[in-house]
Amino acid sequence: MSGIIGKKVGMTSIFDETGKNIPCTVIEAGPCVVTQVKSVETDGYAAVQLAYGEKKEKNTSAPLKGHFEKAGTTPKRKLVEFKTFEDEKALGDTVTVEIFSAGDFVDVVGTSKGKGFQGVVKRHGFGGVGMQTHGQHNRLRAPGSLGASSWPSRVFKGMRMAGQTGNARVKVQNLQVVKVFAEQNLIVVKGSVPGAKGSFVIVDK
Amino acid sequence: MDLVKFVEEQSVVKNTFPAFKAGDTVSVHYKIREGNKERIQVYQGVVLQRNSVGNSETFTVRKVSNGIGVERIFPFNSPNIDKIEVNNVGKVRRAKLYYLRALTGKAARIKSKRV
Repeated sequence: MSGIIGKKVGMTSIFDETGKNIPCTVIEAGPCVVTQVKSVETDGYAAVQLAYGEKKEKNTSAPLKGHFEKAGTTPKRKLVEFKTFEDEKALGDTVTVEIFSAGDFVDVVGTSKGKGFQGVVKRHGFGGVGMQTHGQHNRLRAPGSLGASSWPSRVFKGMRMAGQTGNARVKVQNLQVVKVFAEQNLIVVKGSVPGAKGSFVIVDK
Repeated sequence: MDLVKFVEEQSVVKNTFPAFKAGDTVSVHYKIREGNKERIQVYQGVVLQRNSVGNSETFTVRKVSNGIGVERIFPFNSPNIDKIEVNNVGKVRRAKLYYLRALTGKAARIKSKRV
């Protein structure tokens, strides 16, 4: 297992060897800097902390400045810990997209596009009432019954209702790496990736 | 967007075909793979439209097969297209010939342009 932090660039489609047109997402990832190596002795668990994305020094707090100075790097915007890393990493090492190769399967974590407070039809795929006539009135997209009455006399936990939709951490598993452009720090994966263009994503192998 | 364009340029080989537009009759020589064998199938019909631009460009070819209208959409840059022959240059006044779908027989003919 190893991973990298990146940015979603956008989607396109390319043809594979058999001439199939496959949808792809382009991710600009790395080079990431190792800013901390955690070990079982000092921290109770082993992990590698990676940093990605330039940040102005005046927008960095003093404690963080010191943290980046220790690793001998400029301030970065995004810090992510990776619990399991294949090869040993030392403070200040860089991780590039070369850890991936075409054909690998990766998991991609991102923050989905925020949709605001949404009703049950959009949020959970409820069907609504399904009829606009036959006396139906102002209940077209209502959730319907929340449960029985005197027993249980309450609404069960986890009942699907309206609420904030999107803007949550989402992981998509088993996306195939189609291409890797090491010089441009690009990974092309098959399928879609959560989040808007330009949002941070974590690519895990 | 520049990086997406870069990936497209690196990954998609652009096809060069003779110029054709909506209303033209074309024969598309399409490669079909059956197991390890590869053969070429010719699909002839009228071009209904050319859609989108760049790497994702497609074109629609309509023909009437045994009395049933058949439309096939080809990606312009598909590596499976061997070649395209332009059989007839049509004289039409629109870029999208959706009206052909409603017509049959003599009414569905397209005048050919004198070349």
